Amino acid sequence: HPVVAALPQSSSQRDCRWYSVSNLSVKERIEKKRKAALLGGGQKRIDAQHKKGKLTARERVELLLDPESFVESDMFLEHRCSDFGMEQDKNKFPGDSVVTGRGRINGRLVYVFSQDFTVFGGSLSGAHAQKICKIMDQAMTVGAPVIGLNDSGGARIQEGVESLAGYADIFLRNVLASGVVPQISLIMGPCAGGAVYSPALTDFTFMVKDTSYLFITGPDVVKSVTNEDVTQEELGGAKTHTTVSGVAHRAFENDVEALLNLREFFNFLPLSNQDPAPIRECHDPNDRLVPALDTIVPFESTKAYDMLDIVHAIVDERDFFEIMPNYAKNIVVGFARMNGRTVGIVGNQPKVASGCLDINSSVKGARFVRFCDAFNIPIITFVDVPGFLPGTAQEYGGIIRHGAKLLYAFAEATVPKITVITRKAYGGAYDVMSSKHLRGDVNYAWPTAEVAVMGAKGAVQIIFRGKENQAEAEAEYVDKFANPFPAAVRGFVDDIIEPSTTRKKICRDLEVLASKKQVNPWKKHANIPL
Amino acid sequence: MASHGLSPSLNRLLLALKYATFQPRCCAVHKAHYSTVYNGNEKTFDKILIANRGEIACRVIKTCKKMGIQTVAVHSDVDSSAVHVKMADEAVCVGPAPTSKSYLNMDAIMDAIRSTGAQAVHPGYGFLSENKEFAKRLAAEGVTFIGPDTHAIQAMGDKIESKLIAKAAKVNTIPGFDGVVKTAEEAVKIAQDIGYPVMIKASAGGGGKGMRIAWNNEETREGFRFSSQEAASSFGDDRLLIEKYIDNPRHIEIQVLADKHGNALWLNERECSIQRRNQKVVEEAPSTFLDPSTRRAMGEQAVQLAKAVQYSSAGTVEFLVDSKKNFYFLEMNTRLQVEHPITECITGLDLVEQMIRVAKGYKLHHKQEDIPINGWAIESRVYAEDPYKSFGLPSIGRLSQYQEPVNLCNVRVDSGIQEGSDISIYYDPMISKLVTYGATRAEALSKMEDALDNYVIRGVTHNIPLLREIITHPRFISGDISTNFLPEVYPDGFKGHQLEASTRRELLASAAALHVASQLRSQRILVLYIRMFSLEVCGQWSLASPLLPLTINNTHRMLQSLSRDASGEIVLQYLGTSFKVRVLSKLAAELNSYMPEKVPEDTTSILRSPMPGTVVAVSVKAGDTVAEGQEICVIEAMKMQNSLTAVRQAKVKSVHCKAGETVGEGDLLVELE
Repeated sequence: HPVVAALPQSSSQRDCRWYSVSNLSVKERIEKKRKAALLGGGQKRIDAQHKKGKLTARERVELLLDPESFVESDMFLEHRCSDFGMEQDKNKFPGDSVVTGRGRINGRLVYVFSQDFTVFGGSLSGAHAQKICKIMDQAMTVGAPVIGLNDSGGARIQEGVESLAGYADIFLRNVLASGVVPQISLIMGPCAGGAVYSPALTDFTFMVKDTSYLFITGPDVVKSVTNEDVTQEELGGAKTHTTVSGVAHRAFENDVEALLNLREFFNFLPLSNQDPAPIRECHDPNDRLVPALDTIVPFESTKAYDMLDIVHAIVDERDFFEIMPNYAKNIVVGFARMNGRTVGIVGNQPKVASGCLDINSSVKGARFVRFCDAFNIPIITFVDVPGFLPGTAQEYGGIIRHGAKLLYAFAEATVPKITVITRKAYGGAYDVMSSKHLRGDVNYAWPTAEVAVMGAKGAVQIIFRGKENQAEAEAEYVDKFANPFPAAVRGFVDDIIEPSTTRKKICRDLEVLASKKQVNPWKKHANIPL
Repeated sequence: MASHGLSPSLNRLLLALKYATFQPRCCAVHKAHYSTVYNGNEKTFDKILIANRGEIACRVIKTCKKMGIQTVAVHSDVDSSAVHVKMADEAVCVGPAPTSKSYLNMDAIMDAIRSTGAQAVHPGYGFLSENKEFAKRLAAEGVTFIGPDTHAIQAMGDKIESKLIAKAAKVNTIPGFDGVVKTAEEAVKIAQDIGYPVMIKASAGGGGKGMRIAWNNEETREGFRFSSQEAASSFGDDRLLIEKYIDNPRHIEIQVLADKHGNALWLNERECSIQRRNQKVVEEAPSTFLDPSTRRAMGEQAVQLAKAVQYSSAGTVEFLVDSKKNFYFLEMNTRLQVEHPITECITGLDLVEQMIRVAKGYKLHHKQEDIPINGWAIESRVYAEDPYKSFGLPSIGRLSQYQEPVNLCNVRVDSGIQEGSDISIYYDPMISKLVTYGATRAEALSKMEDALDNYVIRGVTHNIPLLREIITHPRFISGDISTNFLPEVYPDGFKGHQLEASTRRELLASAAALHVASQLRSQRILVLYIRMFSLEVCGQWSLASPLLPLTINNTHRMLQSLSRDASGEIVLQYLGTSFKVRVLSKLAAELNSYMPEKVPEDTTSILRSPMPGTVVAVSVKAGDTVAEGQEICVIEAMKMQNSLTAVRQAKVKSVHCKAGETVGEGDLLVELE
């Protein structure tokens, strides 16, 4: 602050003139810097960005936030590197390679950073990291979510370890903020190397199809190390991460669609762990009956149906924001509203692999359940599960410890938990799927529910081993267990309900459970089987 | 609007009142379709089995209930929770899903009759309704068949025999000559005897192949030359067929009703000219085309034919009518027709009730002069099919949302499905018969427009876009129709409603209003009271409702909201057709111009199944070279075989299906190189 410091020392007349002249020049400089900051890396690079079908960092922020709501911070911050000619004026860009600040989405506060690919390829300098850390700290202080729009070539190589330090500073904050405020990453360009761990630590990672990549090492390094030929898209494109690796939670067609969807998604989330799940004005009658549900479960217990049909029919306005729709499709997770209130939906999907639980679906479900629990979002679970998937692939892959994650997550959760058994609830998987025994608040069974240790055929082979008349025994077993009574007479389900009344009943229960208070024993942190 | 000030509970109350007033009105209307009063002292049967499914089974059960008759439904295993099963007093499963093993399974149905003690069987239409074997087996066990006796079924079931009987009964048949014609002059003489225009073709050529139309002697000579050459060279069979050519034919049929005492009535006509692939789509009664004298002539001939075969029960005599109102016998259907409700609407008779009475042996109450034409009735067949593919290829699925427009007055919906029902590949894809009624044709048509706009069907593709276009088409409104209506009006296939500048504006305004409403609502987080949305331009509606009653520049429009997503894409059903509209803020629209266009999949090198069904045959294997138009495979769906052909010459890269396999819509069948 040299100008301010100079003031008291100067004598009145001369300095007044000096002051006013200087003031003008500062004003001009401010204007100039602001203009430069708004242009990022310059018009040429902006055009190049557009040519690639990508928006600029500022355009993205503008589209994401409510009009005129963006309050920028650190527009004047510059990098401090003086090696390799970086100290030259032409290599200094006000604001450096990231745009940060706060704004509002549908009137609700959010902190945002948007990496600017037009400035040094969006590479992360110490200054860049400092800017991100600042808004993350603020977000934690006031309790508001952080959205990161990633579009960065990686570390600022000229800065060396300072850049690495920057990454670590961000990682630390990601971890500290985890479970305190929702953190969302939208990958809108490259994100490679150590940089990928920031999105990985956030609650949700979304990608833009064809223009975004996430990988630890690029195709060239892969080729030189493992001799594999792989394209960028195959290695870390949106399709790979939303279908194969499960790194990303959803992908969108282009920047505009991604940002508009992110706005929609944001509406489901509370601002912090201190806030209740948001309630939006609801036009769908909370006592609406859904007659279609009475016939949705097929008569043959081996025949599949689509769990999404049930979800759509029950939630407000058939509006369901599915998380990871193309990964581990044997479990369905996502956000919806009941009578306007955000809820998390977990459901086995009989249409895919009979809805069994395997490694990927357990991990997918567990992470989602823990998010809901951290942010006070009630969980509604639809159960139709024949059990855990058998086989060497699963056992060698560690289905035991991965399956335990889902069990752990449901057991640990203290938010309102409502469970509806639509058909099968077999074996250990019955216990796992938010059963009464894991502190389920309300557990319903449809008349088609079958709660048993296993299917009739397998059970009869064990109980009546070697006996004749297996068919008769099987019929007896079916009669005894292939119905909701064994669970209902023991109080393991609270009621057997007509499917058409499910929406009405859940809405009513959620109202009651809004004041639910449950606390787990004090601990430094729990030790989930990772 | 007013609702702003209303508390939620009051709003709900108002809604409840609305329904409360609709319900009785709806019933009253339904009764109004039948003017004849049921006579409770007339004993008919104690128990009737309905050997059918879907809407017609429900239709028959309704009348049985009115007459105090117990009902037995039969069903296949997949139909065990179908509406007709729920409506009936008893239900018997007669086999698995395929019709040949269930609804056509005579042994199982006979067993069902024995086990339930049903005294009579109503066969509905299709299935066993015109099966003389079934009628015989029933007779053998002393069970009454509600329909004509075996003799009439047999006589009318044979195309050639029925024409001979018709001729003998002095019913107009299409005049023609079939045999060897030696010279052109002989051909001219035959043509003159028949009367122009005539159609000339080789007898051996099937269908319309090599058909020539002659309007005068000169054209007859020319036609004779071509056809006789073709007959000799292509078929090695000299015979020629010279027949009266019916220009712009209309399909008009006469409903007859006869008892076992020799009395027969004609219940006026039904115009069924709007057809695709010989299947009726829109029917009306009466016809705009017939004058009273033609109507009487047709009616009397129909009755003559009925009497000639000692017909009893309800039946239909089909005629082709040319532009000069000459009419010619086509065939007689010895059953209750699909489109019978429109006859019921204008005559006030309950045809099912009459069939049951007649089957029991009662005489007809009515005399010919008692049969009125009251008003006008129109029927639209609402199908689960995609009208954009050759006017309708079957589609299947689950009715995730389903709301019939029965809250409107003078609307009758005959259906056998409900929300949650499956439209499967096993049965006819008809969803319902939507019938509207009015004092005049214009009234009935405008009611039909309303009814189609208010009809909520989600989960399956349906033909409402096509139905709405037909009934609002100027040619249809003026009554200028023929069996060629669809191919003539849509020579390049049906493309949906074509927007004009004004309707386009309406659509965009509606979509924008919907978008704004949902955007505004997004800002109402943590608002705990419920209130309905109202927009000045739009009237009152809710974001949750599938129906959007809008007022746009004082025009009332019923739009439907099909879907809406975060990226601003809104799909609206407007004037019957669904339109995709994208609503973006100014900023988003500007930025959207930078977004690259995604290249869609190259569809000329892959063949996907256009509909769900069973692969009947695969005609190619990998490595084969196919020519443009060559058959690649055949898919059967809902009793229809569809041949899929190559769109260009290519080598077959891989085949992904085999005969006997079930495929879904969009499944990859064959890849070309």
